[in-house]
Amino acid sequence: MWTRSVIVLWLVAAVPLAAQSPTYSVGRPPTPEEIRALGSAIAPDGEGLPEGSGTVAAGREVFAAQCSRCHGPNGEGNVGPVLVGGQGTLASPRPLKTVGSYWPYATTLWDYINRAMPFDQPGLLKPPDVYAAVAYVLNLNGIIREDQVIDASSLPKIVMPNRNGFIPDPRPKTRSRKPN
Amino acid sequence: MTHFKRSTRRDVLRVGAAAGAGLLVPYRDAFALDTPGKLGAPLGPYGERSPFEKAVRWRRDTKTPETGSSFTPIQDSVGTLTPSSLHYERHHSGIPTIDPAQHRLVIHGLVERPLSLSMEEIRRLPSVTRILVLECGGNSGSEWADKTGVDVQRSYGLVSGSEWTGVPLSLLLAEVGVKPGANWVIAEGADACRMERSIPLSKAMDNSLLAFGQNGEAIRPAQGYPLRLINPGWEGNTNVKWLHSLKLTNQAYMARDETAKYTELMPDGKAWMFVYEMDAKSVITFPSGGQTLPRRGPYELTGLAWSGRGTIERVEVTVDGGRTWVNARLHEPRLPIALTRFRLPWRFEGREAVIASRAIDDTGYVQPTREALIAARGRNSNYHFNGIKFWIVRADGTVTNVDA
Repeated sequence: MWTRSVIVLWLVAAVPLAAQSPTYSVGRPPTPEEIRALGSAIAPDGEGLPEGSGTVAAGREVFAAQCSRCHGPNGEGNVGPVLVGGQGTLASPRPLKTVGSYWPYATTLWDYINRAMPFDQPGLLKPPDVYAAVAYVLNLNGIIREDQVIDASSLPKIVMPNRNGFIPDPRPKTRSRKPN
Repeated sequence: MTHFKRSTRRDVLRVGAAAGAGLLVPYRDAFALDTPGKLGAPLGPYGERSPFEKAVRWRRDTKTPETGSSFTPIQDSVGTLTPSSLHYERHHSGIPTIDPAQHRLVIHGLVERPLSLSMEEIRRLPSVTRILVLECGGNSGSEWADKTGVDVQRSYGLVSGSEWTGVPLSLLLAEVGVKPGANWVIAEGADACRMERSIPLSKAMDNSLLAFGQNGEAIRPAQGYPLRLINPGWEGNTNVKWLHSLKLTNQAYMARDETAKYTELMPDGKAWMFVYEMDAKSVITFPSGGQTLPRRGPYELTGLAWSGRGTIERVEVTVDGGRTWVNARLHEPRLPIALTRFRLPWRFEGREAVIASRAIDDTGYVQPTREALIAARGRNSNYHFNGIKFWIVRADGTVTNVDA
C-alpha cells in the first residue's frame, strides 16, 4: 500500500533531530553568536561579568563624554535622574532614591549601564568603559576610594549602603482556588 | 440631515406613531422622506473606528518621547476588553520594529537542552487563550499624593483587558529540561534597553504564557510584537515585551527594574521587593471626574473591577460618601484575573452625591480605602495603589475628584 509507506516515511522524517526539543521537535541549540547578542545579564554574585577593569579616573572621562549631558557633570541629574546623594533620606517624607542611597547591589549598576546606557545608544560602551563608569558613580557616592579598581572580582564584593534595605513582599500569599 | 437612508414604509408608520404620541419631532427633516439614498464608503482591508469616536490614550509628558506611559481612556470603555489600539503603554526605550522572520527566543542557562526557537516554531506549538487584565504596577501612583488624580483615565488608566494567545511557558521548560538548582527565570526583551526581570520558576511553571496573539491578531508592536511574556495577575512590568531571552538561574538577578524601580518604600525606610500580584481594585468610570450629567433622571452607574489573585465576587457601590453600600450588578461571564464590569441603576436628582466602588475577590480580599493604604504603607511606596476612588457628582451635574 503506497499510502502506508508514505505514512511510515512521514513518521521517520518526524523523528526529532538530536538537537531539537524532545516532544515537539522545535528549535536548535543557540549559537555562540546568539548568546552574545543577548544582553549579558549580570547576577548579584558577579556571574556573567566579563574580563576587564576600570578606574575612577578613567570613569571620570567616560562619564564626561557619555553620561554627564543627561546626568550632570557630577551625577546631580538633568534630563536623566540624579545619581548621587540621598543617603539617610529613605525614611523621610521626601526620600531621594539614588544609586548611593537606594540601589542594593553594585552589580545592578554594571548590568544596567551595560544594557541600557547611554539612553540613546545603549550597548555603545565596551566592558572596560562600563567598569570605569561604575567605578566613577560609586566614587561619586563615597562608596569606593579614588584608587580602587573595579573588575569582575571586586564589583560583587562591594556592599552598597542600602544592601539590607529590602524585604520580600510581606502581603499574604492568597490565591483563588479557581484555575487560570 | 441628508445622510439618512431613504425612508421605508415602516419608518413612515413609526413616524406616524411618534407624532400620535405627541413628540415634537420635525419628522420630515429627520427622516428626509424626499431625499434620495446615498451610497456609503467602499469595503476596506483593515478596519477603522467611526470618525465620530474620539477616545484616545493620554500620555504624560516626559523628557524623552521614547519613555513613559500612555493611559487607556477607561471612562469611554464599554464591556471588558480593551481595543489593542487603546491598550495602555509603558516603554523604557521606545518601541522596536521587529521582523518576526528574524526574531528568535533563546532559552538557556540551567537547562539540559538550550534552545533557540523561531517565531514560526513557537506558533506551531500547542497554544492556549486567556482573557486577562493587565495592570501597570505604577497604576494610580498619583493617588498616594495629596492631590489625587482629577479623572479616571489619568488616575486609573494604566489597566487594560485583552485576550492573549500563546504557548504555556511550562511546555517549553519541559522541552529544555530545567536543571536541579534552577529557581528563577531571567526574562529579557529586545527593546533598546533590553529590559529584564527575574521571574520565580514557580510562576513560570504555573501559568506564564509566551503570547504571540492579542485580541484575535498578532500582538501590536507597542505591546511586544512578536512575542511577550504574560504573567497572569502580576504587575505589568514583569510581562516582558519583545521577549528574546529566558535564562534559567539559581538566583534573582536584582535587575534595575526590580531594585531601583518597582519596589515599594515604606515609612521606616525599608522597601518591599518582588511585589508581583495586583490586588483587587475597582473604579467607577461613569460618572467620573471631568464628566457632566446633562440632566436629572435615571442613569446606569458603571465601572471596572479586577483582581490579580482571582475572580471578582462582588462590587459594592456607595452614592452617599461611604455611609451605605449596595451590591452592583456584574456583567457575566466573570473570569479570573480579568476585567469585570459592574453597573448600578441610579437616579440623579440634582443633589450632590459622593460615589465610589469597592471590589471583593474570591480570596475574600476587600479593596481598601486610600486612607487605610496610606496608614499601612505611607506615601512613598509609588506602586500597587488599589484604594477606593471617590467622585463627587455636584448639584449641577459636573463630576470631580474629592479634593478638586
